[in-house]
Amino acid sequence: MADFTNGFWDWYIVVLTLLGVFGCGVLLYSQAKVKLAKTADGQTGTTGHVWDEDLTELNTPMPRWWMWLFYITIVFALAYLFLYPGLGTYAGKLGWTSSAEYKGELKQADAEFGPLFAKYQKQDLKTVAADPQAHAIGERLFLTYCAQCHGSDARGNKGFPNLTDNDWLFGGTPDTIKETILHGRVGAMPPMGAALGGDKDVENVAHYVLTLSGSTADPIKAVFGKEKFGACLACHGAGGKGNPALGAPNLSDKIWLFGGSAETIKETITKGRTTTMPPFDDFLGEAKVHVLAAYVWSLSNSTNMNDVRQPVPAEAVAEQ
Amino acid sequence: MNQPQPQVIKMYAAREEIYPRETDGRYARLRWLFVWLTQLAFYCTPWLQWNGRQALLFDLGARKFYIVGLVLWPQDFIYLAALLIISAYLLFLATAVAGRVWCGFACPQTVYTEIFLWIERKIEGKRSARIALDRQPASLRKFGKKSAKHLAWGAVALWTGFTFVGYFTPITQLMGEVATLTFGPWEWFWVVFYSVATYGNAGWLREQVCKYMCPYARFQSSMFDRDTLIITYDAKRGEPRGPLSKNGNGNGGSCIDCSLCVQVCPTGIDIRKGLQYECIGCAACVDACNGVMDKTGQARGLIRYSTERAMEDHLTPTAIRRRTLRPRVKIYSAVLGLIMLATAGALTLRTPLKLDVIRDRGSMGREVEDGMIENVYRLQIMNTAEQAHVYKIAVSGMPTLAQVTADQVMVEATETKGYPIRLRTAHGAGKPGSNKIDITLSAVDDPSLHVKESAVFIVPR
Ligand code: SF4
Ligand code: SF4
Repeated sequence: MADFTNGFWDWYIVVLTLLGVFGCGVLLYSQAKVKLAKTADGQTGTTGHVWDEDLTELNTPMPRWWMWLFYITIVFALAYLFLYPGLGTYAGKLGWTSSAEYKGELKQADAEFGPLFAKYQKQDLKTVAADPQAHAIGERLFLTYCAQCHGSDARGNKGFPNLTDNDWLFGGTPDTIKETILHGRVGAMPPMGAALGGDKDVENVAHYVLTLSGSTADPIKAVFGKEKFGACLACHGAGGKGNPALGAPNLSDKIWLFGGSAETIKETITKGRTTTMPPFDDFLGEAKVHVLAAYVWSLSNSTNMNDVRQPVPAEAVAEQ
Repeated sequence: MNQPQPQVIKMYAAREEIYPRETDGRYARLRWLFVWLTQLAFYCTPWLQWNGRQALLFDLGARKFYIVGLVLWPQDFIYLAALLIISAYLLFLATAVAGRVWCGFACPQTVYTEIFLWIERKIEGKRSARIALDRQPASLRKFGKKSAKHLAWGAVALWTGFTFVGYFTPITQLMGEVATLTFGPWEWFWVVFYSVATYGNAGWLREQVCKYMCPYARFQSSMFDRDTLIITYDAKRGEPRGPLSKNGNGNGGSCIDCSLCVQVCPTGIDIRKGLQYECIGCAACVDACNGVMDKTGQARGLIRYSTERAMEDHLTPTAIRRRTLRPRVKIYSAVLGLIMLATAGALTLRTPLKLDVIRDRGSMGREVEDGMIENVYRLQIMNTAEQAHVYKIAVSGMPTLAQVTADQVMVEATETKGYPIRLRTAHGAGKPGSNKIDITLSAVDDPSLHVKESAVFIVPR
């Protein structure tokens, strides 16, 4: 990628940098010795500089090794500019880039922790979930990569599902959870306002939906709504049980992704909803996702889940 | 009239070798005492053990500093700053009172030069022998002596470099690696770097470091005043100098112009020309001249520790001592004492437990069953102690504020743990918007171990 749109600026920097370096060398060479006219009174031992009429500078020479250090600095600068990027767009003999260095560090970390993740990758997810060390790793991964949307406690937010209950939009088996993290999911509820008829129909359907989960609803509106619910059957099924294959939520429980009030449901029906769980395949790699999936599954399933939330009793620590 | 001849002045001059003559005397012995003290401390400390680990270890990799019973984390950086400030103030105070005593007696540059000079003398002989040896043409004998010297220097330097790295990597582990030379890349770098630095500084550069490289030499004069103790030549007594004649002193001055004071000077200056910035206050010239005075049957102290004012006003030693407590010294001492007290206080009150409360930003405050309002926090608990602890979490600051999650958490020794908690209030408790709350963490087995952090609870409008 060109850093400059115009080749001129590239050369501008190259020339300026090199002139600066060589300029230092020339200055150093020319100043290592000075020729002085002897002063009238034949005085020597001063540098010949005079300030304020009579202030003169004694010549107290610097050590010579110091001069050599200056020259070495110049050689170093030139060698550096030859090896590393620094002269305009010249990439340097070593081809160093910060992104390559970053990748190198990643590789190093993978080499270090890879065997551990590889070990877990060979085990099935339930076994991994039961492993305390894997659990600790999974928790850290979750707090780093997942907590932003699902919350540190994994209980979700509006629009971001709660992962600690037994309700799963796309299925809650260990493998579907892993699939979800790896490849991401898109949940799409199309806007149904127009298809259902009008505001009134939407409101009726909303009340019918409320009755499905046994929530308080207007019975009359619900009866009218039931007729129109046919448009929703394809995804949510007859009893509103949902369909994990499509990511269609179960409407017969009291778990709501966007909220369970009549108003919110109406809004959902009218405008539709689109949710995205991004894929983490490329970003984390399968091995880490494996551990992460086991952790997420354990949040709502593992029997040792409660042990995790509860700390080791104080006596146990005291005994150590 | 002759045209004045142009002359060429070199702005950089080659170093002239200085062959300091060996001295003996009060101050030489004092310096050796300091050499022993500082070097025993330096070479032995990393070997001391505490609690099954190295007593003093600056583990840069793990970012933890172990100082006997104390474990400092990056968050405790302030203590390092305090330590540096205290060291600097100690140096200023010492300088204001007694000039460059640090330079002359305890500075590593002086100490290692002293050790290297000792080796040099053992192998190449005294000053005159060394001068003669250097003037000789190359010979097998010269080559042998020189190589022996550099080998010995190299050995001391290598051991010094190794010890230095032992402060940052467990030294016993490092010792195990010595046999096979399997240091890590950074260990290699620093062992070699520090060895080369020791060898170069103490063997070759010597007074050049004090004169041209040391920043302290550059600003120490600003800490001097007319009452600062310096090494001075008593010109009134010494001049006019001249050789001693049978019937008393030929010229009337005490100085017999033997130039011993110049020969012993490690920076190669003539103290009789007055105070010069090159003088590191090593008092070698004092020792030398006192010896001469003893031999010529005169009173000691032609060259001595004195002050500028004392020289001019002929103050007695008691008067000099009394002038030590001038405002400058008092202020330095007061500031120093204050910082030391504050640091000591902060260190004793310090709890080996730290807490960061991070509110989940994804949700402002969610409504849960029974209309309760719930906020989610992540506690970042740092147990900086060397034992595992179970901590109890308590919350306060709002009516009906309660914690839903388990209120006890165990954190292993010197571990950091992220622990999510959920807090709830009843609907209508607290004002809409943000409410200040406090989260307290206290060790179950040691209630004195506790920290309190404030946080914000958000009630949606
Ligand atoms: S050592 Fe003492 S006596 Fe000898 S030259 Fe120096 S000041 Fe004079
Ligand atoms: S003048 Fe005396 S005190 Fe100063 S550096 Fe030389 S020998 Fe040491």
